[in-house]
Amino acid sequence: MSAAAQGWGRLLHPREAVQTLRDRFEQPRFAPGEHYLARGQSRSYGDVAVNDGGHILDTRRLDRFIAFDAQQGLLECEAGLTLGEIIALCLPQGWFPAVTPGTQQVSVGGAIACDVHGKNHHRAGSFGCHVQSLKLLRSDGRVRHCSAQENPALFAATIGGLGLTGLILSACIRLQRVAGAAMQGDSLRFANLAEYFALEAESAPHWPYTVAWVDCSARGAALGRGVFERARHAAGAAPAPPRALRLFFTPPLSPLNALSLRAFNTLYYHRPGAQRSAQRWHWQSFFYPLDRIAHWNRLYGPRGFYQFQCLVPPAQARAAIAQMLELIAASGQGSFLAVLKTFGGLRSPGLLSFPAPGTTLALDFANRGARTTALLAQLEAIALAAGGRLYAAKDACMSAESFRRGYPALGDFTQHIDPAFSSSFWRRLEHS
Amino acid sequence: MNELRVLIIGATSAIAQACARIWAARGAQLLLAARDAPRGEAIAADLRLRGAAAVHCLRYDAGLPPQSLLDALSGIGMPDIVLIAHGSLPDQARCEHALEALHEAYRINALSVLELATLLGEALRAQGHGTLAVIGSVAGDRGRASNYVYGSAKAAVAAFLSGLRQRLHGSGVNVLTIKPGFVDTPMTRDFAKNALWAQPETIAAGIVRAIEQGRAVVYLPGWWRWLMLLIRLIPEPLFRRLRL
Repeated sequence: MSAAAQGWGRLLHPREAVQTLRDRFEQPRFAPGEHYLARGQSRSYGDVAVNDGGHILDTRRLDRFIAFDAQQGLLECEAGLTLGEIIALCLPQGWFPAVTPGTQQVSVGGAIACDVHGKNHHRAGSFGCHVQSLKLLRSDGRVRHCSAQENPALFAATIGGLGLTGLILSACIRLQRVAGAAMQGDSLRFANLAEYFALEAESAPHWPYTVAWVDCSARGAALGRGVFERARHAAGAAPAPPRALRLFFTPPLSPLNALSLRAFNTLYYHRPGAQRSAQRWHWQSFFYPLDRIAHWNRLYGPRGFYQFQCLVPPAQARAAIAQMLELIAASGQGSFLAVLKTFGGLRSPGLLSFPAPGTTLALDFANRGARTTALLAQLEAIALAAGGRLYAAKDACMSAESFRRGYPALGDFTQHIDPAFSSSFWRRLEHS
Repeated sequence: MNELRVLIIGATSAIAQACARIWAARGAQLLLAARDAPRGEAIAADLRLRGAAAVHCLRYDAGLPPQSLLDALSGIGMPDIVLIAHGSLPDQARCEHALEALHEAYRINALSVLELATLLGEALRAQGHGTLAVIGSVAGDRGRASNYVYGSAKAAVAAFLSGLRQRLHGSGVNVLTIKPGFVDTPMTRDFAKNALWAQPETIAAGIVRAIEQGRAVVYLPGWWRWLMLLIRLIPEPLFRRLRL
């Protein structure tokens, strides 16, 4: 079994038959009665890109540029191309993805299927807001051209559709014009959750990118303390890109435990760089700090890890996030990378799109068995009670009920599923 | 007009595409000869965006007279590098009883390559400089029961190139024999992969480097040289009993 099959969280051990597609012209072989799923870079954490007992259509060789209009910033490419490859080609010409998640190693197809978001959601919406059109191969062998004008219902189902509507062959996406390869902005320490919300409200109207790292081991008066970052693209010289590192093996015991996490979080909060105005970053350090360490997911040891990401609507956000952080700190679990981000009101066309107005909290949990899943269930219950939802691309254990309640368009979506497509995620939530 | 000019025959092959991307990023002019025109055009569009100064597509099929390729080239001009990358993995079991399958395997993997090497080698000699690089295989180093039809065709290519290299020595033209090991490409998709397998990008980087260094024969990845040496050293009485 390849590492790709496990999901980024390395929790799963599926059996899959993999067909590697060579380009967008190749017709996959669909056998009757079998189920299929496209997979690109395997950067979703849980099981949305896993198809245990079925077939995988590996799209990593669908990596051709098709056309680039450097006047309009319109890029058409095959779906297996990664954002990193797009940046390498387009940034020197002054263009950057309109939306990028925390890794540049996602494929365009994966970014569409999960309708990924980034630090500029309050300004730009999610990835799906910038998809002009896409070509979708259905298991009947026919290619559907989908856009807001053509097959709009299938287009809306495919954006954020978790790969269940068919195989995305290619897409045309809108890029954003940027001033240069540098990022400029501020790092600001905040002492508690109330200060986070104040900083966010003050910064969002003026800064295209805002995000906060939060110390998930702090409690009491320091609950929700962290470091706020706000930035914009800038011209001029960027500081040197970070040196690439690599985790060559999986440590038999994860070095991440309650003690090391507490120490790390405290040091990270108090480090001198945490409070610095008019900072400059290389775009890689700002957007993709974890890409610097290849295979960082091995850090969690052989048992892998869960990622939890929820969205809570604005009215309940403060209370619910505080409750979750208290629970996490009390549990001694949690991670060195907990992230808070407040979304804006731009709506993606996607029926199952995760982002919506409200605040999102994301963090990792080393897999410690029942102790971890029990904590995840408690967090899920808080998010759900507050009218929120969990992010499928990060999930490995949400309940069918919370999926249904969190995604009211699920019924509409189901009608657009390709009969030959399925995933471990889908079967888990459909039949549980 | 000082850009490197490269002709790639079999331009839709995975290794050829990976080589073309390296040359495109360096601003080379590329001439792509391929059997499958839509695929060739899609690759050409990709290479233009990746930085190639110009990309021309030529239709070529191992069934066409190779002179047609030379004729197409005459309008565009001779390249500095010719990479012959086409080939196909024959069905060994079928070749063992169906002579037409054996002929077809030799026509694609040996005869058409030798014809092209003859004509293009001569054209490069007339030009007075350049590299003729041909993708062979480690399978050509010793015939094995599992694929000796493919292997022996590649062996013919290797022996032919060795002679051609001698003949062209001193003419300014280098002949490079490339011997990739197991490469994860569409041609080998039905094989179970293990640690011996390499990605086409790794092989391509080695090809481009070997051309620059003016090498005669290159195994890719390099350790195959030693593995194949061992395999060649196995005495025949023992080798005939092995299942490789």
